[in-house]
Amino acid sequence: MLHYIIKRLLAITPILFGLTLIVFLVMALIPGDPATAILGAYATPENVARLNKQLGLDKTLVEQYIIWLSNLLQGDLGRSYSLNRPVVDEVIERFQATLVLAGTALILCSVMGLLAGIVSAVRQFSWVDKTITFLVLIGISMPSFWLGLLLIMLFAVKWQLLPASGMYAIYGGGDWLDLLKHLILPAITLALVATSVIARLTRSAMLEVLRQDYIRTARAKGLAERQVIYRHACKTALVSVIPVIGIQAGFVLGGAVYIETVFQWPGIGRMLVNAISMRDILLVQGGVLIVAVSYVIFNLLADIFQHYLDPRLTS
Amino acid sequence: MVRKPVTAAIIKVVLALAVSIAFLQTSFAQTPPDVLIVGQIAEPKSMDPHTATALNDFRILMNLYDGLVRYKDGTLQVEPALAKSWQISKDGKTYTFQLRKGVKFHDGSSLTAGAVKFNFDRILDENHPYHKTGPFPLAFFFSAVDKVIAKNRHTIEFKLKEPYAPFLSNLAYPTGLIVSPAAVKQHGKNFGRHPSGTGAFRFVEWKSNAKVVVERNPNYWSGPPTLKTIIYRSITDANTRVAEMLAGGIDMMVEVPPDNVSTFAKQNNYQIYEQIGPHLWFLILNLKEGPLANKQLRQAVNYAINKKALVDNVLQGTATVATGPIPPAFSWAYNNNLQPYAYNPEKARQLIKSAGYQGEKLTFYVTEGGSGMLNPVAMGAAIQADLTKVGLKVNIETYEWNTFLGKVNPGLAGKADMAEMAWMTNDPDTLPYLTLRTAAWPDKGGFNSGYYSNPKVDKLLEQARRITDQTERGKLYKEMQAIVLEDAPWAFIANWKQNAVANKRVKGFKLQPSFFLLLKNVTKK
Repeated sequence: MLHYIIKRLLAITPILFGLTLIVFLVMALIPGDPATAILGAYATPENVARLNKQLGLDKTLVEQYIIWLSNLLQGDLGRSYSLNRPVVDEVIERFQATLVLAGTALILCSVMGLLAGIVSAVRQFSWVDKTITFLVLIGISMPSFWLGLLLIMLFAVKWQLLPASGMYAIYGGGDWLDLLKHLILPAITLALVATSVIARLTRSAMLEVLRQDYIRTARAKGLAERQVIYRHACKTALVSVIPVIGIQAGFVLGGAVYIETVFQWPGIGRMLVNAISMRDILLVQGGVLIVAVSYVIFNLLADIFQHYLDPRLTS
Repeated sequence: MVRKPVTAAIIKVVLALAVSIAFLQTSFAQTPPDVLIVGQIAEPKSMDPHTATALNDFRILMNLYDGLVRYKDGTLQVEPALAKSWQISKDGKTYTFQLRKGVKFHDGSSLTAGAVKFNFDRILDENHPYHKTGPFPLAFFFSAVDKVIAKNRHTIEFKLKEPYAPFLSNLAYPTGLIVSPAAVKQHGKNFGRHPSGTGAFRFVEWKSNAKVVVERNPNYWSGPPTLKTIIYRSITDANTRVAEMLAGGIDMMVEVPPDNVSTFAKQNNYQIYEQIGPHLWFLILNLKEGPLANKQLRQAVNYAINKKALVDNVLQGTATVATGPIPPAFSWAYNNNLQPYAYNPEKARQLIKSAGYQGEKLTFYVTEGGSGMLNPVAMGAAIQADLTKVGLKVNIETYEWNTFLGKVNPGLAGKADMAEMAWMTNDPDTLPYLTLRTAAWPDKGGFNSGYYSNPKVDKLLEQARRITDQTERGKLYKEMQAIVLEDAPWAFIANWKQNAVANKRVKGFKLQPSFFLLLKNVTKK
């Protein structure tokens, strides 16, 4: 097991390196420059050139990359010029907010998706199965930003049950209840698609497992149905669902870009949208990097957990 | 039986959710009295007035800081603020200000002539020890300043290189606000996150992308404000901003999307505010080459566009039709005798015919969005349709705002025949001086991207900025405006009416022609 973990860790090193290169190049290649964004209407070519020089953007791409990478290795991502503060501070602060949202959504979608999938499979072709399959179809097809707006219209504007935006108590101190209030709508919106995907896969994985010989054997041995399902079938089905959850974790993080904008959640997604429109290159690079790295890590964790559940995979 | 426990688990989860939502309902409170929550359109970039360039930031800054002078309530005329009085020398090159005594910055340090000198030296002198706390993009507002001299503790003198009439207006602009030198020295480059001024409100905290909080300054020199706290929330998504306003999460929002104004107008717990300001939305036309080098054709473009339909339908009444390069908000410089180009497609067709237009394609740069651009894509499409109606072939190219500026500001030559543009300024001098003079062609470092050149206009603009008497200056601008309207280097389209909506608990609020958000006299029950 340890051997496997080390092997996987070594394998992701070049991936991370490649990531830094892609993140850097993509940002360098998109049109529009930060000096124009800062100067706005007053951006003459002369002013732009002077400001670019002040920002160190007159150097060659290779030079810029080397400087950026060596700073990165020392934990320095530079200074955001649109926010006028160190990128590291901003990115970490915002990433925490995203983790709260994406983490909640991930737990929601895993629990609801697995539950729905299992129930659906165990009671195949019943009305419960049909209802769940129908809901899953809707969940997969509905654009999440639209669902977000719909929820805001209903819960915040019409019924005034939950706040539409403004994560962190806006006046007074914030406690867990306040956090929960702000969390419900965006977390549900963000979890919806992933829940549907997980439910659908769990259902087919469970159906597959329930047809296996050892399940028949377990039943023949006279085990209670509950034990057959939870002890034997679920564990096996989980092995094939875990990597999907790992991938969904990545989608949830990516989906956070829209959801954070709709609900004004102070996370990394919204930071990226603003940073891109401001051409704040260093901030975008820092933000994309942390999202990409966490995506790699989620998948690594999912792999490791999968191997833990099914030792056959390691050998 | 296995089925029951699973189904029961789902029912339990649903029940728990329902209960928690019911429980939450009771705790969803109204915003507290004396605390005003303002919905902003974007996250501020800096609370340092010398580095900020966006109106969004100015809306906060004007409540944290004071300048030597300010705009009188409801006008763009200058009146005393931190300076109680001033004298201008006969040659218009020396301005001497008497500072108010006993004014303190929020950090406790005193407002002195030395502090004022520090402010201007910091942005203008590249060798100043705190110049590197910049960049200061709008420092050129004060490029006419040669020297700043602290005569004594409460007298400050500005020596100008040449007479420069917009100087006072520029001092009233956020770039002229006075910051605490002690705070700049303490926080250096981070001053923009630890602001300290002399304003009616003082800074409390700034949570990235959540809120900026300011509180009443009990020692404010003209008496403390009524509001205890103001919270500025950045809600970038217009739909969410409107939803938050309807849900009662914010008390006031600015830049209400035209589509939503009627939503608020229909309900009687909201008040809508409108104010016309120094804004102009226009098309830059390429005079250097192509069909629009011909004056008749440029006039035809002006006649062909149905501006009334644009402001009424596309902008849904949030703007008025523009007449020439000076917005009517500058009442003393605006020429009331002129009429906007009427919508007259027949006349446009005649002009096009007599100009000998051969059916050449016109390239039209449109942007997706940007400061003051209102609804640029829809407006671009409507303009294209109007021009097509009179027989002009127009090809739209759409760019994202920063890319767009990168294409337009260096000049349209070789690229396009027309481009959308909008400016918001604080003095009638700024826009024409930077965009209509021969000496402002892009290769000379200006913003005359359409290469307009008229010696008479050049002369009037140079003269106007050297005369300190406002009536005399106004005459020159009015004359300039008539010439430019006739020459039609631009298609003059719209002057934006800024709007805001607040709930009825907010009293004493007014929008200003400067577009600043002044909250000192606002109360909230």
